[in-house]
This record gives sequence, C-alpha cells and structure tokens, in this order.
Amino acid sequence: MKSETAFAMTGGHVVLDGRPVLRGVDVTIAQGEVVAILGTNGSGKSTLIRALLGLLPLSAGSTLIYGAPPSRFREWWRVGYVPQRLQVGGGVPATVKEVVSSGRVARRRRLSRTSSADRVAIDAALSAVGMSHRAGDPVSTLSGGQQQRVLIARALAGEPDLFVMDEPTAGVDAESQHALAGTLAAQAALGKTIVLVTHELGAVESIITRSIVVKNGVIVHDGDLSVRPGGRHEYAGADLDRSGLDHAGLGGIGLGTGPLGTGT
Amino acid sequence: MELLNYDFMQRAMIAALLVGLTAPAVGTFIVQRRLALLGDGIGHVALTGVALGFLTGTTPVVTAVIVSVLGAVAIELVRARGRTSGDVALALLFYGGIAGGVMLIGLSPGGSNATLMSALFGSISSVTEEDVWITAALAVAVLGVVVYFGRELFLLCQDEDVARTSGLPVRFLSLLIAVTAAVTVVIAMRVVGLLMVSALMVVPVATSQQLSRSFLATMLLAMGFGVVATVGGLSSAFYAGVAPGATIVLLSLAGFVLALGIGRFVRRSRAQESTP
Repeated sequence: MKSETAFAMTGGHVVLDGRPVLRGVDVTIAQGEVVAILGTNGSGKSTLIRALLGLLPLSAGSTLIYGAPPSRFREWWRVGYVPQRLQVGGGVPATVKEVVSSGRVARRRRLSRTSSADRVAIDAALSAVGMSHRAGDPVSTLSGGQQQRVLIARALAGEPDLFVMDEPTAGVDAESQHALAGTLAAQAALGKTIVLVTHELGAVESIITRSIVVKNGVIVHDGDLSVRPGGRHEYAGADLDRSGLDHAGLGGIGLGTGPLGTGT
Repeated sequence: MELLNYDFMQRAMIAALLVGLTAPAVGTFIVQRRLALLGDGIGHVALTGVALGFLTGTTPVVTAVIVSVLGAVAIELVRARGRTSGDVALALLFYGGIAGGVMLIGLSPGGSNATLMSALFGSISSVTEEDVWITAALAVAVLGVVVYFGRELFLLCQDEDVARTSGLPVRFLSLLIAVTAAVTVVIAMRVVGLLMVSALMVVPVATSQQLSRSFLATMLLAMGFGVVATVGGLSSAFYAGVAPGATIVLLSLAGFVLALGIGRFVRRSRAQESTP
C-alpha cells in the first residue's frame, strides 16, 4: 500500500446544539497507523471521529479523507465504520449473515448477484471474528460482545483500507475482546489503518502505535503509547479513567480468564 | 369460486392481491425504520388528493398519488431535520390533510358523505378496470424499487451512519422509502380505505416478525400474510355481507395474535433445546 494520508483535519471546530464540542483540532493520520483516540465521556472523542468521517459538519476548519473532503469523497469502499452498538430499529429480525453481507454494499453494483469474491469476503469476515457458527442466527439473540463482533465483521466484509471504530471494547466480554485484538492485529499487519475511540484500551492495547487524548474538545496529547510509564501523568492530567489505562488490569484479558463459553 | 363469476369481484380480487403483496414489502422497511405511523400520516394527506380529483374531475387515484407523494416528501424532510419539532409539524400536516379533504369533497359537484366514506373506509367493489391497471402499474413500480434498491435500503434501515460511510445516497434513499410508501397508500386506499391503509403495511410485518429469523424471510412471510388477509378478508366479506376493508384488517389482527402465541411457544422450545 502506498504511503497516503487517511485523515487530515485542520482547525476543526464542531458545534452541537449551540455548544462547541470540538475547538480547533489538527490531526493527520497516515495509512497503516493504529491510533487510539482516548478521552473521558463528553471529551469530544466520538465527535472527532464522526467529524473525520463527515457524519457531522464542521463549523470551521477543514477535513479530508484520503485527500478529498467527505462530501466529495467517492471511494467509500475504502472505509469500514464500526458504530458503538447494533441498532435495534423496529425489531425486524436480521441474521448475522445478513448484517455482515450488508458491509459489502459499497463494493457491489445494484442488482448484481453475490459473486464468489463477495462470498469469500463474507465467510472470511465471519470466521475472523469467530462467528461462522452463528451465521444463521438472528443478531438479537447474541450477547453484547457477540453483536460487537458482528459489527466488526460487517466492516471486515467490505475489505476496507481504513477501520474507524467507536468504543469497540465497551461492555464487551473477555472472550470477545481477545478475538477483537487478534482480528485487529491481523488487519494492522496487512497495512490497514485503524482508528479506534475508547475510554479504556483493554485487550487491544498491544497493537496501538499512537494515542491521541482529547479533553474538552482539544487534543492534549498526541504521541507514543509505549512511553506511558514515564508519561503517565499526561493521562492522569487528562482525567482518564485510570483503571482503563492501568496495565496491570489488562493482564487477565489476554490470557482469557473470563468465561470462554459461547455464552448468550 | 362462485364469487369470481362477478366482474366487479374479479377486479376487486386482483386489486386485493396486489395490495396484499406490495404493502407489507414496503412495510418491512418502514417498520424497521420506526416509521410505522408514516402510512397513517400519508393516508390523511392523501384524502386531500382524492378530494382534488373529485373537484377537478380528474381520476382521484392520480391526484391522490401526486398529493400523497408531496406529503411524504414533506414528512421525510421534517423527519430528517430533527425530532423535537418534527412531531408537531407532522401532526399539523395530518390534520391539514384530513380537513382539506373533507372541505374539498364538500365543495365538489356530486361530493357527498358517501364519497367521503368510500375514501376513508374503502370501496373495493367499485374498482373499475382503469383502477386495476393503475394499481397494477403502481404495484410493479413499488416492488421494482424494493428489488432494485433492497440491499441499500436494508443497510439504511439498519444504521444510517454506516449507510453514509458506505457511500450510499442516504437522503435519496430516505425520500425513496417515503415516496414508495405514499404510492403504496394510494394503491391500498381502494381496498381498506385511507384510515386503515397503514394496517396492511404494519400488521403483516409485525405478524411475521414473531415467527421469522431473517430480514428476507420476514418480508416474504409478511407478503404471504398480506395476501391471505386481503384475499381471505375480501372473500369472507363477500359471503358474510360485511365491510371488506374492516374484515381484512380484523383478519390481519387475528393473524397477529395467533402468531404472537406461536412465536412465544417456538422461542421457548428453542431456548430449551439450546440449554444443555
């Protein structure tokens, strides 16, 4: 993959309901980076990724996705967005496979039959998150962690160059966190860009190459996560949930001490 | 099938069949988008369209399509703007539609309470051959939209943000759902009447939701239930000599109650199977 800029925001301001939520953000994310956007609830970290994707308009400043403003960006197949949770909507059932297959929509032409490439990508996405055996089950019957894995599989199915994930580890059981970390590590090794918003790193910490801390709508830290023991005060200064960043607290997750049953 | 010996019943049956097939197909998307009452809203607005037809001497179906499509677009624009004031704005539109319709029917030559009643509660036995052709054309258009845009509409109804970041034309697709619903309302108007139109878009879907596991199966099953309700309701109304629109809706509701019970039972036995 050639060296490219996935996201480039300059002087980004976002106002929601008359309240400034982002106040002058400059951030550039290169292809292949694995970036954690950290911050407390209400810090503006989710707003930041929504603005980067063009889901929220900027009140000032500019932002580019692969060099184009979101409104003129056309290569959406390169983007895999993983929202915080599965939406229930009006409760019409949908199977795991239906949801995951819908992640291919940016790559398919209208009325086209499911090609073998589609089938391979969908099956690979399902098995990457360990949900192949549940393909025919309605998503509503899955646990929160399993639903999160389905959402990630939906993004994987589109074979994007860039993953943007909103709190992928929030409320997710240890088994699912472990599966998620493995999946993301494999994608990172392929040179994919990963941007994830979180208030606790959990099992994914080991693959993060850069961390951005957002506080009160501005970036207060942007740099290496591995320097943390010396620089821990920076995070403490950002009022981060200490337990979320506490290395010792993560040990159990990788070892899978949590319930490993398929659980529902 | 003695009832098919009558020409008017043949036409009525075709119309009923088409409505039973199309309304739940669109309804599946509408229910998933939490717009179950959209059909009701459009139904109210459509009354003004019907009245305009009587007033100007145009075919009411045609004016109803035009006015309800405009109404649906207005409703969608209000919805997309935000929710807080949307509620009230929608209510204003609904009452405006009903009041405008009543007023205009009163003004039109030959307009009477009977005209009003047939628009509100259906008049399937008065379906003309022209009506059948128009209904068939509209039904083909509606089903065409569902087949052609189905994949995109599914993702839109699952998660609007993901649809947007997949590059889908979210605003266009949202308008498309609203307009398709408007056309469906007009198709169904003759069969069950404007006040009960929404029942055929929502109740068969709610029924099949109890029994199915996938989105596609929900839609197909709902279309099946829709046809059973419209065709079954119309035939029983013919023999029993009661109002067809009401019979169709009550039959769908009975189906829903039955499915609710069966669904509970099936889910419980499935849960028992999966526990070791």
